[in-house]
Amino acid sequence: MTVYLLKRLAIALITLVLASMVVFAVLEIIPGDPARLMLGLNASADQVELLRNQMGLNAPLAARYLHWAGGLLSLDFGRSYTYSVPVIELVRERVVVSLPLALIALALSTIIAIPVGLFSAGRHGRAGDTIAMGAAQLGVAVPNFWFALMLIYLFAVWLRLVPAGGFPGWSAGVWPALKSLVLPAIALALPQAAILARVTRSALIEVLNEDYIRTARAKGLPYRAVLWRHALRNAMIPVLTILGLQFAFLLAGTIIIENVFYLPGLGRLVFQAITQRDLIVVESVVMLLVAAVIAVNLLVDLSYAVVDPRLRSRQ
Amino acid sequence: MKLWKTILAAAALVLAAGTSAFAARTDLVIGITLEPPHLDPTAGAAAAIDEVLYANVFEGLTRIGPNGEVLPDLAESWSISDDGKAYTFKLHTGVKFHDGTDFNADDVKFSLDRARADNSVNAQKGLFAAIDTVEVVDPATVKVTLKNPQSSFLYNMGWGDAVIVAPETADTNKEKPVGTGPFKFQSWAKGSSITLIKSDTYWGAPVSLDKAEFRIVPDAAAAVPALLSGDVQAFPFFPDLDGVAQVQGDPRFKVVIGATEGETILSMNNKKPPLDKLEVRQAISFALDRKAIIDGASAGLGVPIGSHMSPASKAYVDLTGLYPHNVEKARELLKEAGLENGFKATLKLPPPPYARLGGEIIASQLRDVGIDLQIVPVEWAQWLDQVFTKKDYDLTIVSHTEPNDIDIYSRKDYYFNYDNPTFDTIIADLNLTSDEAKRMTLLGEAQKILADDAVVGFLYELPKAGVWDAKLEGFWENAPIQANDLTKVKWTE
Repeated sequence: MTVYLLKRLAIALITLVLASMVVFAVLEIIPGDPARLMLGLNASADQVELLRNQMGLNAPLAARYLHWAGGLLSLDFGRSYTYSVPVIELVRERVVVSLPLALIALALSTIIAIPVGLFSAGRHGRAGDTIAMGAAQLGVAVPNFWFALMLIYLFAVWLRLVPAGGFPGWSAGVWPALKSLVLPAIALALPQAAILARVTRSALIEVLNEDYIRTARAKGLPYRAVLWRHALRNAMIPVLTILGLQFAFLLAGTIIIENVFYLPGLGRLVFQAITQRDLIVVESVVMLLVAAVIAVNLLVDLSYAVVDPRLRSRQ
Repeated sequence: MKLWKTILAAAALVLAAGTSAFAARTDLVIGITLEPPHLDPTAGAAAAIDEVLYANVFEGLTRIGPNGEVLPDLAESWSISDDGKAYTFKLHTGVKFHDGTDFNADDVKFSLDRARADNSVNAQKGLFAAIDTVEVVDPATVKVTLKNPQSSFLYNMGWGDAVIVAPETADTNKEKPVGTGPFKFQSWAKGSSITLIKSDTYWGAPVSLDKAEFRIVPDAAAAVPALLSGDVQAFPFFPDLDGVAQVQGDPRFKVVIGATEGETILSMNNKKPPLDKLEVRQAISFALDRKAIIDGASAGLGVPIGSHMSPASKAYVDLTGLYPHNVEKARELLKEAGLENGFKATLKLPPPPYARLGGEIIASQLRDVGIDLQIVPVEWAQWLDQVFTKKDYDLTIVSHTEPNDIDIYSRKDYYFNYDNPTFDTIIADLNLTSDEAKRMTLLGEAQKILADDAVVGFLYELPKAGVWDAKLEGFWENAPIQANDLTKVKWTE
């Protein structure tokens, strides 16, 4: 178990360092000058050069990488070029939107997907299964921004139950803040639930064909008990893997939904920073996300060990 | 006792409900598409900065009015010396910055000197280039001496980049703007909204609104539902031109189509063969069907142009008849240029819909005359880098939104790569001429030359669609500058 853990940790660290180099290098290669973007079409070349100097953009590449990476080690993420505030402040403002949103969406997706997966697997090949999987196929296929707009028209414009978009901030109260996250969470959760349901179903079907399931059934265990106690547990590994990936996606890959609901989330911060060539923000936020994804994967790896005792005992 | 309390409470409730029914609303949520990178109009070119702060939080010596006219602002009046070089501004007295400090001539000197200093990164530093000295005559009088007469000086001082700031707060305006305007900054929830509230110490006519929130709605498709749900009550720059039809028939909303200063053009690299040939550029101009472009890229809104001037401008000369849509003529001209088999070129398109949609239409129109355009979509950062700075392009589409900017064609090293000494002379003359009639003649000649040379493909003036709650009034109809002046905005009930 300890070896397993240490190995995972070492891989995580190496990934982080490599990611920092790739992120930095890629952003240096893409064309676009943050100083020119800030000054617009009417500024002279001299002025752009002056601002580049003020922003520290004229230092050599290696020096800037070391300065930035050194800052990251001491948890100093630098200052945004455009906003001129510490990056960590920007991230903190966005995480309070993105993290709850991701968690709600993930919870919704799990609550919908696991029962549907169980239901379908139990009725493998029958009408119920076909209908459920047809619905799941639809859930994957429907573009989420369109689905989001339909939700807005129904619940915000017509029924006026929730706001059409925006985020009032947690300071406005827990209820108003949650209300503004409901529709985006549903819009995010549905396609994820569809994918998760399909994975759960196929993992379960595979497990249900195993000999020990037949044995369990043969010794007289009711079908329901076999499904829950023996099959589901063994089908959990692919399901957990997908869940881990989905969480990472929900944390930062939700730019389209954030735009439709004009939520100030992490995805939009990165997107805006890229279009404004606020390189330091992109670099630092991407690194934080890489760290988050690695942490989640580590957790998933650990949870494998919880689900599967063989991984615990193996040296 | 208990009964009394209940009755009193009920009476109070009725009263409260009654008064609120009679008093008009004083709060407003305005939708904007782009978030300003920071809140200092003197330190960035982003139009979104002015959209929030111009005339609301910050004021200049002069200001630009709803129809592009120059109005007095912090300067109540001015006199100009006979040689046209010395401007003496008489300032309003009793003006306070939002932090409580007094405004006087020292602040004017500080602001102008700061903007034109060597280390200044003011995005429109050119506005101040003619200034020689700024002298404080007395606390309420400032004398600005120019190196040479400049006809546009008063207009220039009305730009957002020329607003007056206080020395104590100039460095922190990016985060916490402090101006002299009728609204003061309250809060900025990054990525979400910026809130202004009424300033109690304002020197001028008081505003009707107590609170104005600028909410950032980045997705055009979200604008209509935001209005319909009542979350946002006004989009002075409505981003979704196709969505205009959806709210146009709705009595709850007012839709106002106005003009901007945005000349939308098919820019050409005048030094890149075969675009360096006049016949080729003219052929392209003949190949363009402006009506179809406006219909497809701008929901049918927008006025065709034949040169680089807004049809709303007094100096406008209609030159749209010079190159009517004529495929035969275009082919003939290409033949004259020795290109009867057409040629290949790239068309780099920045993100706005007018460029991406317009680009596809233009590519198909040019294909009809044998010109094969390869479309290359680019982001703004790439566009600025490759097209604008390095001039690595054949054709591109962009809207030049700066007001009165026909002089860009005379700038050395500008991305059109256009060089015409006659045109340069006219612009130089124009800068020194203050006689209105003579200015109009010169501007007319300038437009004519650009059209004759077919420097670029002149397409149309970008429309401004404003949509707001029908109970609101006081918004600008046109956009002579990119701003949301809220000083006259009020709820009528």
